[in-house]
Amino acid sequence: MKLLTANRLSDGEAVWYADGQWVETIAEALIAHDKGSQEALESIGNQALADNLVVDVNLIDIEIVDGSIHPIRLRERIRAAGPTIRNDLGKQARIQQAA
Amino acid sequence: MYRYDEFDHEFVQARVAQFGDQVERRLAGEITEDQFRPLRLMNGVYLQLHAYMLRIAIPYGTLHPRQLRMLAHIARTYDKGYGHFTTRQNIQFHWPALSDVPAILADLATVEMHAIQTSGNCIRNVTADHFAGAAADEVADPRPYAEILRQWSSVHPEFSYLPRKFKIAVTGAERDRAAIKTHDIGLHLKKNDEGELGFAVYVGGGLGRTPMVAKKIRDFLPQEHLLSYVTAILRVYNLHGRRDNKFKARIKILVHETGTEELASWVEAEWQALKDGELKLPEQDVSAIRSYFAPPALTARPEGDEAVRVARLDSRSFGEWLGQNVTTHRNPDYAAVTISLKSIGETPGDISDSQMEAIADLAERYAFDEVRVTHEQNLVLPHVARADLKAVYDGLVEIGLATANAGLISDIIACPGLDYCALANARSIPVAQQIARRFSSLERQRDIGELKLKISGCINACGHHHVGHIGILGVEKKGAELYQITLGGSADENTTVGEIIGRGFGPDEIVDAVEALVETYLAIRSDHSERFLDVYRRVGPAPFKEVLYGAEAKAA
Ligand code: HEM
Ligand code: SF4
Repeated sequence: MKLLTANRLSDGEAVWYADGQWVETIAEALIAHDKGSQEALESIGNQALADNLVVDVNLIDIEIVDGSIHPIRLRERIRAAGPTIRNDLGKQARIQQAA
Repeated sequence: MYRYDEFDHEFVQARVAQFGDQVERRLAGEITEDQFRPLRLMNGVYLQLHAYMLRIAIPYGTLHPRQLRMLAHIARTYDKGYGHFTTRQNIQFHWPALSDVPAILADLATVEMHAIQTSGNCIRNVTADHFAGAAADEVADPRPYAEILRQWSSVHPEFSYLPRKFKIAVTGAERDRAAIKTHDIGLHLKKNDEGELGFAVYVGGGLGRTPMVAKKIRDFLPQEHLLSYVTAILRVYNLHGRRDNKFKARIKILVHETGTEELASWVEAEWQALKDGELKLPEQDVSAIRSYFAPPALTARPEGDEAVRVARLDSRSFGEWLGQNVTTHRNPDYAAVTISLKSIGETPGDISDSQMEAIADLAERYAFDEVRVTHEQNLVLPHVARADLKAVYDGLVEIGLATANAGLISDIIACPGLDYCALANARSIPVAQQIARRFSSLERQRDIGELKLKISGCINACGHHHVGHIGILGVEKKGAELYQITLGGSADENTTVGEIIGRGFGPDEIVDAVEALVETYLAIRSDHSERFLDVYRRVGPAPFKEVLYGAEAKAA
């Protein structure tokens, strides 16, 4: 399973591709289950780069753990949450605030 | 301290305007990322995991309180309330929006700061001994020469597209506190038998994936030849340095592949053609620059001894701080104070906006308007009257920055690692925090004595792990973090590159491994004055391997 991720051009915010838009939380991302949908994501990524919406576009590997998206690489888990040493920074901070 | 002249102001303003325009065109989609990347890097803007990063130059690590206040303002207004000091005496902000960078650079320009040449294949920020101008063991202040190099290298047309980045460091003392032998060029300012100033010149040091100690190519270069000689080195490098392979492009590889003697002869030949030309420094120019660095008028404050004696009786923790974080000054009534940015459990090198402002206050009241950034990611107040040490200490206690651990095992250098950096393989900061917590007892740390522990999150070695007495390198193995230990590195006048001791340790094992090494050292040192590094140099890796790998080590 794969997701399409990038950083937003204007502020560098880590974003993931959902249906038709780039979202700020990984939970909303669109999952590609097969080769065909991966290729579709890849071309969406290339187009978004060309359209100057995002930079550093990547397809990343994930699995589903307890019903939620879990990136395989620690790097991607940190991108999705924020620095592990400062819970008050990054996306994890917003989740706390909202709670 | 150096003040911009009219030309400097115009130059920086023009650059701010130019980059502002480039950012605007990028945001409007008029230029592509491939076109923009080299432009943003020339202006200190990187992309990390969570956001952009802006690296701001602090030439030779010298800051005026006015500048520190501006950094606090930037942290608060455009970032997340803190900054990170680096091993190259710069500061990084980890969360700026690209669209805010032009405004940040405009604010910086008002206090004579910028981010030019903090990245890219050019001559980077010139670093210097953080005790420059204050150290008791210094022959002369190295910063005027660092400033001359800065002016000469800023947008130098011939040296803006080198094979790779180029780093220069200068020290004015025998005791090397600027790690000059880990730099592309290291300059040791000294006097010859006639009492004239000049430099011992080292070339080809560097860390990264191929660590090398710089080689001396000249014993004494008279100071007036500084620019012609450095130009000669850079010309040789620009011509012969490898551009085919990024990993072999640093001058250290050229020195290594060519041989020191041969390379020195190329430099010499190039220099003969240059030395009596326009690059020769007239004494009046040098002394004009030197006057900017004139020491403050240090009035006699003989009451210091008594004040310190009384305060010490009153407060044990002040006494400990005095012993660890206060350094002898060339004026006996004064001292240089190290402000540790390594509070136990915090991120090495991080500082909040309000801490920056409080330190600016202290520098104004007690330290003649000067703050320094050290390559060990701490700050220094270089000139404090001994009579004012207690007041400074109390001020630091109030902001949580009075940890008395300078030079001890919890005074760790750590790069941002995988918590921020897009190139990282593993995290550095949590490892530093856990080690500091394990050794949080100051008594234990002082018993262990001087121990330089340095951590990098990948082989680029921004955290100087190769030259740590204990170095830790984070790697990724089968998707998990693994930490490799090197021992016996050092970044002082006897620079050595540490040796890898064996297989790596997982995140849950690395702190125990470090503790086992330290306990082994304590068991075999001959007395308290024999430091960890001295023991390692005396006995070699065997007992340390034994404790980490046991029977496995014997079999090998
Ligand atoms: C977070 C963004 C950073 C990036 C993308 C980055 C990138 C790099 C790269 C690619 C190298 C290797 C270059 C080479 O060997 O030619 C390097 C080396 C180095 N960096 Fe960084 N770095 C970052 C942060 C830092 C920080 C925070 C520090 C200081 C704590 C630092 C200080 C250094 C030093 C001292 C070297 C070493 C060695 C040398 O000059 O050979 N960098 N960096
Ligand atoms: S050593 Fe590696 S992980 Fe650490 S800051 Fe440098 S590039 Fe990033």
